[in-house]
Amino acid sequence: MKNRVVITGLGIVSPNGIGIPEFLKAIRSGTSGVRHFSKLEELNFSCQIGAEPLISEEQKLAYFTPLELRNFNSNGILYGVMAGMDALVDAGISVADKEGAPLWDLGVVFGTGTSGVDKFREAIYKLDEGQVRRLGSTTVVQTMASGISAYLAGKIGAGNKVTTNSSACATGTEAVLIGYEHIASGKATQMLCGSCSDASPYVWGGFDAMKVTTFKYNSSPQIGSRPMSETASGFVPGSGAGAIMLESYDSAMQRGATIYAEVVGGAVNNGGQRQGGSMTAPNSPAVQKCIVSALDDASVHPSEIDYINGHLTATIKDPVEIENWCAALGRSGTDFPYINSLKALVGHGLAASGSMEIVSAILQLHHNFVAPNINCEDLHPKITQQIAAERIPQQLLEVPLKTIAKASFGFGDVNACAIFRKI
Amino acid sequence: MNEADIYERLKDIIKIYLPEDVTVENITHDSHLMNELNINSSHLVDVVLDVEDAFHIEIKDDELEAMDTVSSAIAIIQKKVDN
Repeated sequence: MKNRVVITGLGIVSPNGIGIPEFLKAIRSGTSGVRHFSKLEELNFSCQIGAEPLISEEQKLAYFTPLELRNFNSNGILYGVMAGMDALVDAGISVADKEGAPLWDLGVVFGTGTSGVDKFREAIYKLDEGQVRRLGSTTVVQTMASGISAYLAGKIGAGNKVTTNSSACATGTEAVLIGYEHIASGKATQMLCGSCSDASPYVWGGFDAMKVTTFKYNSSPQIGSRPMSETASGFVPGSGAGAIMLESYDSAMQRGATIYAEVVGGAVNNGGQRQGGSMTAPNSPAVQKCIVSALDDASVHPSEIDYINGHLTATIKDPVEIENWCAALGRSGTDFPYINSLKALVGHGLAASGSMEIVSAILQLHHNFVAPNINCEDLHPKITQQIAAERIPQQLLEVPLKTIAKASFGFGDVNACAIFRKI
Repeated sequence: MNEADIYERLKDIIKIYLPEDVTVENITHDSHLMNELNINSSHLVDVVLDVEDAFHIEIKDDELEAMDTVSSAIAIIQKKVDN
């Protein structure tokens, strides 16, 4: 018998909102966080627009000591710590006493793609100048992949499993499912899950070289990220962090905590880079299998899904994703669930995307609304052939939601799908 | 540079690395950086880098080992600055 797992806290550092209240307002109103970066222009990027959370020095000091901020140059860790600590506070959980034992039943699964890329660049320059001795004491902790979970665990005093997962753009969704399984199997009571990704040309450059980002909207950044649009021409690179506090249902009830939703199930699989799948493209049968497995795991019938938080990056693959959802759920036309993509507002947060999108999905579930899809006035005909346009709301839609699905797909042919339900 | 000047500048550097339970008033000539001022051992390399920048000197690995107290640090800095 699996333990029931619920969400009791949320935190986010997003290009269109720092903290839950600001972010909630931004997604309700369809406010974009995408802007032009003169730095990208100087560096001859094809895509000169991107999305980055803007954090003040004062905000940093609310989460880090001045000593921690000395020579600190890892903005993914900054975003992740802020979002993670916010989720903890939102859940009403206190950090372990400094003099006492750690919280043995609280763990952290916080993923990332790469950590501290700007710090790493700084270190490489010094090293190549023969100045390895001048790297300082924090180069390792800022650039190790598990830096983010280590920073969070130290601030909280987490004593259960503390780790960092990495599965490209499925990282955030996978992190939540790892935490879910850990609590479901009785190995922990509370798991802080999420993911983060640096805002940096050095993260975004490789995607620019692959021509998977858009070069057509450099002078009009806010309409550049166009999921499901016929004029979608590549994604807009983004960054940030999302955090989700998972807790056993029993513990949440005992504490009288706010329960945003129950994680009823999920699945992670891989297309094996077969059947049309590759290092960079998804295997459609695998995507469908992942969604079907998640529903099975959750004991949820496809007809129960009210809303889908899509992966939908604004590339030519969006119609294929819709096709896969239709096939997996056996639903199409006006019978299809409501669907939207946060990426229209904040670009593609890469490793951070899954967790930021889960935070947006849970807020929509909790507050009973579907956030407006922006930049898809010209819906792709291959999408409207499959599902009714009204299922892709372009205005804020206040509607009761009960059961929702979120999926993320990533390089390496990785897939992750999670099912959430209001209690 | 006289010893008092070095002491004041060194104190300014060290105070950044003090843990919450130690204050700048706790710093004396005899203070042991790790054992008494409770500076995290990994931060000692940062203290040395800051010292190098502040006094425009370079401290070698073997000298670093001898920099265990405030007064020993002052002595090493003094020698370097005078040269």
